[in-house]
Amino acid sequence: MMAYWQNVWDHWQFLWDDRGDGVTYFQWMMSAWGYTVAVAFCSLVIALVFGIIIGTLRTITGHRIISTFAATWVELFRNIPILVQLFIWFFVISELVPGMRSVPGFVLACCALGFFTSARIAEQIRAGIQALPAGQRNAGLAVGFTQLQTYRYVILPQTFRIIIPPLTSEAMNIVKNSSVAFAVSIPELISFAMQTQEETSRGVEVYLAATLLYAITALAVNRVMSLIERRTSIPGLTPQAQGGH
Amino acid sequence: MIEMKSVSKWYGATQVLNDCSVKINKGEVVVVCGPSGSGKSTLIKTINALEPIQKGEIWIDGVAVHDKATDLPKLRSRVGMVFQHFELFPHLSVTDNLTIAQMKVLGRRKDEARKRGLQMLERVGLIDHQNKFPGQLSGGQQQRVAIARALSMDPIIMLFDEPTSALDPEMVGEVLDVMVGLASEGMTMMVVTHEMGFARKVSNRVIFMDVGGRILEDTTKDEFFGKIEDRQPRTREFLNKILQY
Repeated sequence: MMAYWQNVWDHWQFLWDDRGDGVTYFQWMMSAWGYTVAVAFCSLVIALVFGIIIGTLRTITGHRIISTFAATWVELFRNIPILVQLFIWFFVISELVPGMRSVPGFVLACCALGFFTSARIAEQIRAGIQALPAGQRNAGLAVGFTQLQTYRYVILPQTFRIIIPPLTSEAMNIVKNSSVAFAVSIPELISFAMQTQEETSRGVEVYLAATLLYAITALAVNRVMSLIERRTSIPGLTPQAQGGH
Repeated sequence: MIEMKSVSKWYGATQVLNDCSVKINKGEVVVVCGPSGSGKSTLIKTINALEPIQKGEIWIDGVAVHDKATDLPKLRSRVGMVFQHFELFPHLSVTDNLTIAQMKVLGRRKDEARKRGLQMLERVGLIDHQNKFPGQLSGGQQQRVAIARALSMDPIIMLFDEPTSALDPEMVGEVLDVMVGLASEGMTMMVVTHEMGFARKVSNRVIFMDVGGRILEDTTKDEFFGKIEDRQPRTREFLNKILQY
């Protein structure tokens, strides 16, 4: 038994080795995890803000320019691979757009991931809005709400509740997709794993550890979303959300 | 109070309202009936501009509904509307359903809006249900809350679009009772309904519409029900069918 644990320790103790600059691999890994979470969180905020706006605009009828703009947004960000979009932000936009060169890589990575995901969230918002009975919009307008107020107080609060399940998938996806940021040298988990593997040749341990951290993060997101789902469930409706999971 | 002059409306090439003219004076109760597809619901929805019209004029209390420059939210806040499928806001409690438009549209303070809302809830006999959500109420109760929601805005006229046709037969009475009460207090009302008993009891005038969106009859209640033999053949046919059972 003792020998077994000795063996385990032998495999994993490198994590507590100084990598040469006073920082252990474990500390580096935690910092990398922090970057992963930070990239995912900031991207999600961007994705939600733009996704809600674009998805809402897609449901406004009678304004050709607005609906064309929103439809173009969705197709643009959903039809180009995420890695390509990331490189475009880093190597094309930052070169060609004045002032973008001084923008930190972290921000560019969040923009790339956030805009990519916004197209997907916009489609979910649109589907949610279209799933509501048309009478709800009329009821909002009939009590004197403006179009904007009708969205704010009547349509969107119901839409969010409808789309929590696909939104959960999207939030978990963004955690996993944040791994592409390694390609532009954001010091996140995959970046840590690749470099540590090169320096220590501990590929098995390093990738197992990274996998575990991704899984923990995605699970945490899942739990938070499920909490939100329960907290926002409407009495008398959505009984499946009240029954627990 | 309300005047429609030669109103016509098309969906594409299909004409749904054909040269409709109606005048409703203060305190009048006007019932609109007719077969499905005759444009009754469309007619009533043009009054608060939930359905735009292509030709004609609509005036409410001196305000031109058909005028593009009219502040529609302001106008609609003065016109109460009750829908076939209730259209309460399901994510809001009964009290919030009654107060939200008072606060956001009329700018009433919260306590003021609450006081007015609960007065109206009391009036429809549902004060005990103020903290429930619409999904926890029966259809008849939901429709009474919907009436209270419209009344809380202190409307100058109430529009009812088939208020009882989605209800279980047992619940029709409780909704009609509220409407009869309103009528006896002098509320100006336009009611699209097949409830001929209601029309006979409280209406001043009956409008009969036929397929194609034409107003065939616009006469006093006594004329309408008293001398069936004087009615147009189409009206007689309709009345005979619905009064048969």
